[in-house]
Amino acid sequence: MNDVILRARGVRKRFGDTEVLKGIDLEVRTGEVLCVIGPSGSGKSTLLRCFNHLEQIDAGRVWMDGELVGYEEHGPAGRTLRERHARDIRRQRERIGMVFQRFHLFPHRTALQNVMEGPVTVRKRPRAQAEKHARELLDQVGLADRADHYPRQLSGGQQQRVAIARALAMEPTLMLFDEPTSALDPELVGEVLGVMRDLARSGMTMVVVTHEMGFAREVADRVLFMDQGAAVEAGPPDELFTAPRHDRTRAFLSTVL
Amino acid sequence: MTPLDTTGAAPGGTPAPATGGTAQEEDLTLQVTRRPRPGRWLAVIAAVLFAGWLTYTIIVNPNLHWDIVAKYQFDGVILDGLWVTVQLTLISMAVGITIGVLIAVMQLSDSPVLRLTAGAYTWFFRGTPLLVQLIFWFNLALIFPEISIGVPFDGPKLISWQSNQLITGFVAALLGLSINEGAYMAEIVRAGIQSVDPGQREAGASIGMSNRRILSRIILPQAMRVIIPPFGNQFISMLKTTSLVSVIAGADLMTVSQHLYLANFEVVAMLMVASLWYLVLTTIASVAQHAVERRYSPRATPPLRHRVLANLTPGRAKKETAS
Repeated sequence: MNDVILRARGVRKRFGDTEVLKGIDLEVRTGEVLCVIGPSGSGKSTLLRCFNHLEQIDAGRVWMDGELVGYEEHGPAGRTLRERHARDIRRQRERIGMVFQRFHLFPHRTALQNVMEGPVTVRKRPRAQAEKHARELLDQVGLADRADHYPRQLSGGQQQRVAIARALAMEPTLMLFDEPTSALDPELVGEVLGVMRDLARSGMTMVVVTHEMGFAREVADRVLFMDQGAAVEAGPPDELFTAPRHDRTRAFLSTVL
Repeated sequence: MTPLDTTGAAPGGTPAPATGGTAQEEDLTLQVTRRPRPGRWLAVIAAVLFAGWLTYTIIVNPNLHWDIVAKYQFDGVILDGLWVTVQLTLISMAVGITIGVLIAVMQLSDSPVLRLTAGAYTWFFRGTPLLVQLIFWFNLALIFPEISIGVPFDGPKLISWQSNQLITGFVAALLGLSINEGAYMAEIVRAGIQSVDPGQREAGASIGMSNRRILSRIILPQAMRVIIPPFGNQFISMLKTTSLVSVIAGADLMTVSQHLYLANFEVVAMLMVASLWYLVLTTIASVAQHAVERRYSPRATPPLRHRVLANLTPGRAKKETAS
């Protein structure tokens, strides 16, 4: 079994009076593909956003490669957490790629420039080297011929594939996908899932929040079912989809399968 | 009307019932034409007649002293004033937008100190008349006769200046105009920044970009689309607002025109000379604004030429834009 790359313990998060994460424990191992499923509002996306500190957490801890994400221990016996320096948070985010539901490509930049942005401005890579790598990544997601197109000239599926290439350009050790196909027309879902499938086969560690049960069943090493802010159960897709242990999982699966 | 024109004009055309046979269908598509708009042509004739009459009465009016206007239009004194107006506008707009971006970012910051400072700035400089601010800056010597760099609270001074020497009319004008403009630009820039999808910031953050980089490389370029139209408005407004500096001997176009008519008593003619120059400046600014708008949203704004044509012939303008 590989090392644990991402670990969460007792992660809690509330928005106003609503507690959206009620103490989540989770481990992701290097090379593993974890799919997170569950009804809308179950806290899946919020959990994912805690992993790269796009959300602050109210309690609990998240470690990436053994290092606390977004916070550092402080005070007597490290009992309290305080937010890290912005520079540390940026360094941590560099290693975690994120793909958003609504792509969030930079609309004023071409596909190539979108992919090059991180390596050039954050990593300070020479432009020529960054461009070469960016073109390879665009080729990898099947969009070598769209390098000079602006996002608005691309279909949703193409935009999402550029977004994946943009995240990969930072050479992350972990990739987070936040419902990457939910904003796509049905006929475009396949091309994005195809790229993600290839990425999984290449050994990338991935946490994928998704409603695509077929993808979860085929690609995931483990599936986590969340409901009402709690991690209800997790297991290999064969077990979770065919013999769920909890009634809530069973009820959810009966509505989506 | 050329056959090409007719295909572009869809609205108002009478669709014929579909019938079988390809040959007939081709015929039918060629028959689609624009509904005639006789009312619009009547309006054009009326407008042209009215404009012609207006121009005529202005030209033949002896009280306007066109010969004197022509004599002074390119007078050296007037041209010097014009140059001062241009300088005042360009510099105070440049400083104003710099202050505006700074204040807008402060207003949107997490720090309550920065937010409060920025709020106080806009509150004060938008809340008091620009004319008062200009007079205040010009008369700074009444409050602070000496300006020095040194230790605050009556400590030793390194360098000192007499306020009266430092604050010339031009400097007072620049201070007043830029600081006031900054307060207005701050609101415009803030609206622009807030118009950008928050997901853009998150996308930048997710690849490890710093807040400052996200602002300069991701947010501001996209905010420009929203900022430029009101910025153009402010610029054109500023061209004429500079005339306020005539109260503090600003030596701008308005000041020199006043000096001239106080000497030669040709009040109307001198004001005409100034107004014609203001019109020239604002026209140039409008064209420039349009060009910049197109630069930042090439798809949203059709070329000016097409918009003007569109008022008369919508079908034709649509064709040119589409090509």
